[in-house]
Amino acid sequence: MAAPRAFVWTRRVVLTALTAFALVPVYVMLSSSLKSLGEVQGRFDWIPHALTLRPYVDIWHTVPLARYFVNSLLVSGSSMLCSVAVAIFAAYAVSRYRFRGRRLFTITVLSTQMFPGILFLLPLFLLYVNIGNATGIALYGSRGGLILTYLTFSLPFSIWMLAGYFDSIPRDLDEAALTDGCGPLGALFRVVIPAAVPGIVAVGVYAFMTAWGEVLFASVMTNDTTRTLAVGLEGYATQNDVYWNQVMAASLVVSVPVVAGFLLLQRYLVAGLTAGAVK
Amino acid sequence: MPILKASRTLSATAAVLALAATATACGGGNTTGGGDDSSPKTLTYWASNQGANIGVDQKVLGPELAKFTKQTGIKVKLEVIPWSDLLNRILAATSSGQGPDVLNIGNTWSASLQATGALLPFNASNFAAVGGKDKFTASALAATGAAGKDPAAVPLYSLSYALYYNKKLFQQAGISAPPTTWDQLVADGKKLTGDGHYGLAEEGSSLAENAHHAFVLGEQHGADFFDSSGKPQFTTPQAVAAVKQYIDFMAADHIVAPGDAEYSANQSVTDFATGKAAMLLWQAAGSSLKAHGMDASAYGVAPVPFQTANPTGTAKTDSMVAGINMAVFANTHNRSGALKFVNFMTSVPEQQILNSAYGSVPPVTAAQSDAAFSAPEQQTLRQVLANSAAPMPQVPNESQFETLVGTAMKDLFADAAAGKPVTDATVKAELAKAQQQMPQS
Amino acid sequence: MTAILERRPPGGTADRPPRGTLRSRLRPRRGALPYLLLVPALVLELLVHLIPMVVGVVMSFKQLTQFFIRDWGSAPWTGLGNYRVAVDFHAAIGSALLHSFWVTCAFTVLSVGLSWLLGTAAAVLTQDPFRGRGLLRGVFLVPYALPVYAAVITWAFMFQQDNGLVNHVLHDQLHLTSGRPFWLIGPHSFVALLTVSVWRNWPFAFLCLTAGLQNIPRELYEAAAMDGAGIWQRVRRITLPSLRPVNQVLVLVLFLWTFNDFNTPYVLFGGSAPPAADLVSIHIYQSSFVNWNFGSGSAMSVLLLLFLLLVTAGYLVATRGRDTDG
Repeated sequence: MAAPRAFVWTRRVVLTALTAFALVPVYVMLSSSLKSLGEVQGRFDWIPHALTLRPYVDIWHTVPLARYFVNSLLVSGSSMLCSVAVAIFAAYAVSRYRFRGRRLFTITVLSTQMFPGILFLLPLFLLYVNIGNATGIALYGSRGGLILTYLTFSLPFSIWMLAGYFDSIPRDLDEAALTDGCGPLGALFRVVIPAAVPGIVAVGVYAFMTAWGEVLFASVMTNDTTRTLAVGLEGYATQNDVYWNQVMAASLVVSVPVVAGFLLLQRYLVAGLTAGAVK
Repeated sequence: MPILKASRTLSATAAVLALAATATACGGGNTTGGGDDSSPKTLTYWASNQGANIGVDQKVLGPELAKFTKQTGIKVKLEVIPWSDLLNRILAATSSGQGPDVLNIGNTWSASLQATGALLPFNASNFAAVGGKDKFTASALAATGAAGKDPAAVPLYSLSYALYYNKKLFQQAGISAPPTTWDQLVADGKKLTGDGHYGLAEEGSSLAENAHHAFVLGEQHGADFFDSSGKPQFTTPQAVAAVKQYIDFMAADHIVAPGDAEYSANQSVTDFATGKAAMLLWQAAGSSLKAHGMDASAYGVAPVPFQTANPTGTAKTDSMVAGINMAVFANTHNRSGALKFVNFMTSVPEQQILNSAYGSVPPVTAAQSDAAFSAPEQQTLRQVLANSAAPMPQVPNESQFETLVGTAMKDLFADAAAGKPVTDATVKAELAKAQQQMPQS
Repeated sequence: MTAILERRPPGGTADRPPRGTLRSRLRPRRGALPYLLLVPALVLELLVHLIPMVVGVVMSFKQLTQFFIRDWGSAPWTGLGNYRVAVDFHAAIGSALLHSFWVTCAFTVLSVGLSWLLGTAAAVLTQDPFRGRGLLRGVFLVPYALPVYAAVITWAFMFQQDNGLVNHVLHDQLHLTSGRPFWLIGPHSFVALLTVSVWRNWPFAFLCLTAGLQNIPRELYEAAAMDGAGIWQRVRRITLPSLRPVNQVLVLVLFLWTFNDFNTPYVLFGGSAPPAADLVSIHIYQSSFVNWNFGSGSAMSVLLLLFLLLVTAGYLVATRGRDTDG
């Protein structure tokens, strides 16, 4: 059935406006990253007067961008993998079993989403230091500590989304696997996980993004060698100057791989959310 | 039944939590203080960002640290920390006891950090280990902690405020000499303002800059932001006059661009370097200006103006004692190494190399003779430091003072920029709000 | 979120015992296995969230200023002192907190509302296939995919009073404003913060709602079309009501994230927000980290947490009641 003209026009206008809203900052990033420092500090202009690629060379010297990038990838990637793994087990339990404390568990886990980060930043920091002093496991200042922290940030939402997704997988499939001689874990690995790939990808992307952007904990818990991009990019605002063109260039450089990955996985994301979150 | 079981689970959980809480509560550093020498071969050093960027700092400090290692066999692990992170990192280190051995601090933080007990006090023996108290200039030593206590740090780089003026713009406006009183500055500023140019640049959203200027103008007006017992008193007529005078350059005299109200990332230096503003009140702006492509011959450096032509007493204050101090973390595991390192960094050759690299003035008297510090800019800074600079209040709540008064002034600047009136009453109200938020101690 | 609280294992209601084969297999380990599966999640949440939070609550009863942070076991107890100061709305600290609270409420309501509105509009309008739809969906997700710092600092750059894009467009190009308004200080900073927050959040709403739309059976639309319902009516009668379960969760999640958002104001205003945009998260950060009073900061956080718990519980009860009614 053909949509009426008024609808089509509304659609065009609204979607165009939204596209502009979404992309203007990206354009500003791109155009400013191609300007000289002098130009970028002067009045804004849509078109750079003289294109320069210099900022793209300079960004690597002004701050150790490559190191921060690797740190961010390691931290976000690991916390994503761990978060997904932990969430799969928990979600499987919540989805497939009725047990005492199930409700308490889900409420507790979800309520952690309400904790203001500032309330537990310092205690968590002290806890990590104490664990380090007691056991020799360095959590403070290490990527490990950050991974641990971030993975719990994304865990509640991940468990909840995956449990929803698992619910949508017919139980008959599990039962078939069980009658074939698998244990419950066998059923999880052979049946449920393969059937839940879109949901798992969606959760993974969410966990990755959560870790990728966090500023507050990263600024206190990292040091020079473990600093992540989210705080590392602040390095372009120095004592002397804000290197706006370099900030933009660096932002763009570090964003491209993430945005690309995100868009590639977009299909899964929608599918994953379809069955998981919105049930 | 389920209720019983649930409550049992709950009480078990509570027990675990309580246990964990006590475990964390022991947190903190050891209270005996003073550190030990259990790892004599290594040091961790947190340097503040002094150069154009962190990379520059690493390049400047790297070879010097290598020299130290060669002399003593002690390896120094350097971490240059951006100013935005430094205080948080120090606080975190203080609360956990897990920190560096040696660190740079903004000298205005000295008394505040001293109160935490996290820094090794420089008593007679510690001073002796770094070459004696007398090698430092008196003005720089005045900003190392509360009076009557052993200093929490020693001065490393000294700075002061100065008036930077654009020679060409002054000439064009027919001004022959830099202003020495604020009335002259305003008059000159009006001549220099117009056609998109402004007389003066101010960093209106920078809390620290605001607070520093409030302090200096306060001294000139005879305002003490703290009484003798350390209690805040921000709303005295003198304090109000001082703050209002600084805001009025924008609000009443219109010699400052309204846009300056949102500056907090040193845009005022950029404006001065690009000729948008003809005057700038700044600490050692030389290296920044050079980075912006402004040649040292294009600007003059003069002391910051006074209220009257021949001031006396505290009215003869035209800068805070600015600079960076070097401290030893009380929890260090290499105390003698740390002191050796402080001694090394404050030795005459190192002082000359580092201060000339950063455009600052050596707080070590013997190092000042070097030719690098007789350029016009450094000479002015040295002169100000020696004759007319006063340390910021050396009270434990100094850093809260900077934040709260700085914020009050930022909000006043926002009013001024929006064309709202700034009166004695509005200034006083903002300062009263700031004072009420000061800790009760 | 009620969904999970009420969720029952699929394949029958909980009251009906599982089928024989399953029962025999699961029973011996049934007691332990689900708990074992939960152990990693529980331990992690306990370590990173719950224990530190309890410690935080303990801190809120202490006078934890710079004099005691080094050995904060020795900090004196103040009982409810920190709370009394925080809720004394006649004094500066309390009234600043209250102001910040109202700002945050207004900000959260507007931000969640606008994000939801844009997300719904985009999701509904991209429901039917058209040329370029996939590309457009990708474009809409870009704000969500950009790292927070990079995105927000770009907005700060655009909001500069003298050199920013926003004033360039509003003043220089469209001549809508007489002067150049300030966006990063003064009263407009609220608008700036709101803009950035909506910009970052609406793609998430869009994503969830797009997913939600896929669950609406085609037949419903076909039946409505047979009845002669126009496209707008179909949106109103079928699409929006079917999205209610998604909305229930989405709005709650957005609410919690927005209310607690620290990253956006912190990067946009550089750690000290103007009064008009003084969100409670940044306000507490100022009280504890900048003013070095962690006891008072913790007390404020606890109050905030209590408020959020209350709102969430109320919200869940209210929306569940509506669900059973309808």
